[in-house]
Amino acid sequence: MAQFVMEFERPLVDLEEKLQELKRLDLAADLELGEEIKELEAEIEQLRVTLYQALSPWERVQVARHPGRPKTQDYVEALCSEVVELNGDRLYGDDEAIFAGLATIAGHRCMVIGHRKGKSTKENIRRNFGSPHPEGLRKARRAMLMAEKFGLPVVTFVDTQGAYPGVEAEERGQAWAIAENLATLSALRVPIVAVGIGEGGSGGALAIGFGDRLIMLENAYYSVISPEACASILYKDAGRAPETASCLRMTAEDLVGLGIADEIIAEPLGGAHRDPSAVFAAVERAVIAALSELCVQDADALVERRFERLSAIGVYAEGE
Amino acid sequence: MPISDWFKAREGRRYTVASAEKSADLPDGVWLKCPSCKHTIYQGVLEENVYVCPHCAHHFELYAHARVLSLADEGTFEETESTLSSLDPLRFSANKPYTESLASAKDKTGMAEAVVTGRALLGGHPVVLGAMDFRFVGASMGSAVGEKIARAFALAEAERRGLVLVIASGGARMQEGMLSLMQMAKTSAAAERLSRARVPYISILTNPTYGGVTASFPVLADIILAEPGALIGFTGPRVIEQTIRQSLPKGFQTAEFLEEHGMIDEVVPRTELASTVARVLDYLSGPEVPLAATGAACRVPASTGGDE
Repeated sequence: MAQFVMEFERPLVDLEEKLQELKRLDLAADLELGEEIKELEAEIEQLRVTLYQALSPWERVQVARHPGRPKTQDYVEALCSEVVELNGDRLYGDDEAIFAGLATIAGHRCMVIGHRKGKSTKENIRRNFGSPHPEGLRKARRAMLMAEKFGLPVVTFVDTQGAYPGVEAEERGQAWAIAENLATLSALRVPIVAVGIGEGGSGGALAIGFGDRLIMLENAYYSVISPEACASILYKDAGRAPETASCLRMTAEDLVGLGIADEIIAEPLGGAHRDPSAVFAAVERAVIAALSELCVQDADALVERRFERLSAIGVYAEGE
Repeated sequence: MPISDWFKAREGRRYTVASAEKSADLPDGVWLKCPSCKHTIYQGVLEENVYVCPHCAHHFELYAHARVLSLADEGTFEETESTLSSLDPLRFSANKPYTESLASAKDKTGMAEAVVTGRALLGGHPVVLGAMDFRFVGASMGSAVGEKIARAFALAEAERRGLVLVIASGGARMQEGMLSLMQMAKTSAAAERLSRARVPYISILTNPTYGGVTASFPVLADIILAEPGALIGFTGPRVIEQTIRQSLPKGFQTAEFLEEHGMIDEVVPRTELASTVARVLDYLSGPEVPLAATGAACRVPASTGGDE
């Protein structure tokens, strides 16, 4: 895949290209450009730091959508062994936009569920770019209930633009599938650890995206509505998404501030795609730490705490 | 009535799609034109008929307070949590400050939030009754609506009253960001609790019911009813059209469409809602000893001990 350039990276990429050109010239013509090359390299390093250190919410959204960003199947491959994939919802069909499977993470036997974006156009067409249909969400629910039945903790990887917005999805009860998952997750008698690895788009994300812990990658987002959709509603102009991305408070840091997420996993400078193995290692550490803590807890107490945690979310006024 | 007559009567119900037009806050004693059949109707007559056109059965928008009164036994509705209201936790101000939207909604409706809840009797059954009001920021669900709904579930469980909720909503309230999305999980968790406590819950979907609200507590009810022609779905029709680049099938996302697809129990005209809900409550609640208390396999009428 040719290197994918995010809009805000353009100045950096331009400089990098100039550097390559200088190096080529230097080699070919023996022009002794050593000093200039060094200067340019320093400038690039400087720019890289300033560019990536304080990403705006909209820039983070772009990083979260980067095509090279590690996806659910990459995490499964890196973190899990002895995987048995589960297919189908036993009602209608199998939806490839959702992965579900029995898997072992560093000795912990779990049920792993995740949104599965494709890596190629062909895969993405089959998987609707990771946007689940009701049958995908019902497969996830089947996996949750199986996990409860056999006492396996649930680990989910959240990465979707949202539930699929289509005619058939509506006919087969998209809203019903989401709501049933929410009810099931809220009362499941095994630990649930959710990891936001990329996009957290509304109800389709939430349907596998909360539990006893919510761990967010630094550049992952989670939002009630996409910044583009919000901008087209409020401004009749999707082009103003950079503004609404800030207003919606959808970054990992915002979520911790709102008491919705528990933990942020730092990403390599520039995003998870720059050094996936470092990210896998950090996610594995965080998941294991959460599981070790949660798996020893009493099931009644676990469910009660989850319920209380959900019930406490919200900011409102009471009284005249 | 014999079942064949019942089917005939059912055929005879004239359904019309409720239009987006507002029934408007017109002063009493004026004449209104039905947007569907164009008949001119006296406001008093319309009110008497729970805002259903007496000529073509077009369902006008019914506001939350009028709605709960239309369902509760006369004089029994007592509002709860009437002062619970929204704040602006994100200081949201894209295009229009959220605080302004809230202020104008309060002015327009005289309500503190988009949902009214309370205790009532319905067909003699003690219930918790709630209704959402689309005029209030599109009856979208933010923290305050989520909290009021969650408390309605908790009250129903604590007092073992059947829960009846009338839904209308544009979805989650985007001005409260993730706090709104999480209300879907919070209200679904509350619905799950009530379900496990085996207290009956009936939802009535009205025009329009969409987005994150549809995909949470309303569709978790034991019995789901809907008003004729009400538009109900997850994704709005415009967004779907943009995705599939085709126009949508006729009648898509109407209450009748959902009934055909097995997603709701029945389309019920507004004039028959109270009696339908009461009949359901006769079966699912009532004077019988709760199952859990007896360990019996079936409900046994408390008074007769089983032999009639």
